[in-house]
Amino acid sequence: MSEVPVAVGLAGVAGVAAVAGVAGVAGVVRPGAGAAGGEVAAREAAGEVVPLEASLRAARDGGRKLLVPYVTGGLGSHWVEVLQAMVSSGADAVEIGIPFSDPVMDGPTIQEASLRALQLGATPPGILSELRRVRVGVPLIAMTYYNLVFRGGHRRFAHNLIEAGVAGIILPDVPLEELGDWSRAADEAGVETVLLAAPITPDDRLAELCRRSRGFVYGVNLMGVTGERSAVASSARQLGERLKAATDKPVLMGFGVSTPEQAAEAASYADGVIVASALMRLLLDGASPERIGDRVAELRAALDDT
Amino acid sequence: MPACNQLEAAFRAAWADPAFHSRLDALLRDYAGRPTPVTECLRLSERLGVRVLLKREDLTHTGSHKINNVLGQGLLTVGMGKGRIIAETGAGQHGVATATAAALFGLDCVVYMGEVDTERQELNVFRMRLLGAEVRPVRSGSRTLKDAVNEALRDWVASVEDTHYCLGSVMGPHPYPWMVREFQRVVGEEARAQCRLLLDGADPDYVVACVGGGSNAAGTFAGFVDTRAALVGVEAAGGAAIGRGVPGVVHGMKSYLLQDEYGQVSEARSISAGLDYPGVGPEHSYLAAAGRASYVPASDGEVLVALQVLAETEGIIPALEPAHAIAWVLRASASGEIPNGSTVLVTMSGRGDKDAEQVMGLLG
Repeated sequence: MSEVPVAVGLAGVAGVAAVAGVAGVAGVVRPGAGAAGGEVAAREAAGEVVPLEASLRAARDGGRKLLVPYVTGGLGSHWVEVLQAMVSSGADAVEIGIPFSDPVMDGPTIQEASLRALQLGATPPGILSELRRVRVGVPLIAMTYYNLVFRGGHRRFAHNLIEAGVAGIILPDVPLEELGDWSRAADEAGVETVLLAAPITPDDRLAELCRRSRGFVYGVNLMGVTGERSAVASSARQLGERLKAATDKPVLMGFGVSTPEQAAEAASYADGVIVASALMRLLLDGASPERIGDRVAELRAALDDT
Repeated sequence: MPACNQLEAAFRAAWADPAFHSRLDALLRDYAGRPTPVTECLRLSERLGVRVLLKREDLTHTGSHKINNVLGQGLLTVGMGKGRIIAETGAGQHGVATATAAALFGLDCVVYMGEVDTERQELNVFRMRLLGAEVRPVRSGSRTLKDAVNEALRDWVASVEDTHYCLGSVMGPHPYPWMVREFQRVVGEEARAQCRLLLDGADPDYVVACVGGGSNAAGTFAGFVDTRAALVGVEAAGGAAIGRGVPGVVHGMKSYLLQDEYGQVSEARSISAGLDYPGVGPEHSYLAAAGRASYVPASDGEVLVALQVLAETEGIIPALEPAHAIAWVLRASASGEIPNGSTVLVTMSGRGDKDAEQVMGLLG
């Protein structure tokens, strides 16, 4: 997160994106061509990569509150079915965690989910190859930490995401200051990099984050790590309102959004919510894909009632 | 980032302020016991055929060089108006030093320590508690130093408004690697002046220090980087980030890192809790890549031998960490890598009391 002090030095969060033109509206216009670009274009033409910002904008502009649940890739043998259940229960996009050994922005639940997935042998190529086999009709967003991208190689990693049908990425440990190299590779491949803003992010930095974020802007509800909380943080409303005033890109709020009531509250001052730990808690405790789908449906219903 | 920016601004202002230096210098002198001596090891030198000098950071208050850094960061914490300080610790030396500074400055203190380390460094856990700090055992990941850093970072994101993260080594995000080196520079600068007195104006041929994150080495090397002395950092064989790692980015820094083909961070394995870290401060990666310093490994077995040799020949029981540096000197002088008649300065970064129980178990 760029704004969260942690990640510090190199990483902030957020996102790459923006320069005009990259993921434009519905059709995803991409600068540059080249072999990779041509291949990407061909896949998109076939409808294999559902663009992030365009899809979320269209849904929002149609009056819908956005719901983005999260699943840790490689967590158990049913994680792809969990993903599919989330989509059929009303997710507007799904965030897929590519587990990292040292998830410093994550609280106990996602730490446990990541560790367990790694113990089960999850790897970035393994997760992407499973994604390549499914077509869910909503945008997919990878969530991981920068060292996996750095080790894989910027261009190769970005290409592999698109090739697996993943439209966007969240890298919470890449700060704005360090975003340049990755964002060039991401823009070239057509990957939309989502940036994070925190409650203490100053106004000038917030504006820059909104300008460079692609796909949507991720509002971090509180100063802290991911995880369930008893209530939506009081800092969330102010941040959501600041972000909405700063950008017309979709604004989604996350961190500590667990229940339908909390989702409805957080969505009332933004365009929607991201729910991760509460769903992964269920999966870690042995819930079936159907049961997780039911929980997503409850979140969906609460958002539709607002 | 705002927290790091705030810290950088505070450090820049303080470091340019003569009043800050005079307060810090007074604390280093009257509280920490600086300057520390350079001790000539007559019996060891005779045995090795190499003149061995020790920079005695083990003689500071709290028993290691870590005190230099925490007094500096403690003053900064007070200056920034923060009332709480957190730290990670491996061997416990930095945790004890931070707890000490917290007591001195009247700050609340929480120290994160891997559960494995709380077991092998029980005495330091007790010392920290005695000093009024809360020690939180970390049960995630490998339950050692890297996980303690993760947990301290997680605390800091949630507490940044009233809390300073007192990082213990030349690692992490800017400004830490630079700031901690500056606070440790006193080790190298004192040593250089002391060596010149001892050596008729000359510098040692070799300057040797152990490297985990690398703060005592960074401070020592800072005093000699512009001399002709060969700089040698000694890593634990099981945690040799420079020796066996490849570039990576973790904990807010880009440096050599032990990791797998996908970028998952590997677990370091060392007898020494203080060197049980899969990364290394970025300046060491730079010095290695630039060819100005070389980095060599020492095995757990060599380290145990070195500890006993120094104890028996000089009456100095080193901590396991600097025993790595001694181990390399023993090996390299026996092999001729250090030519007979050379002069070698070794930074004795900490005393061995904390390790006595563990070593007793290992030596049976």
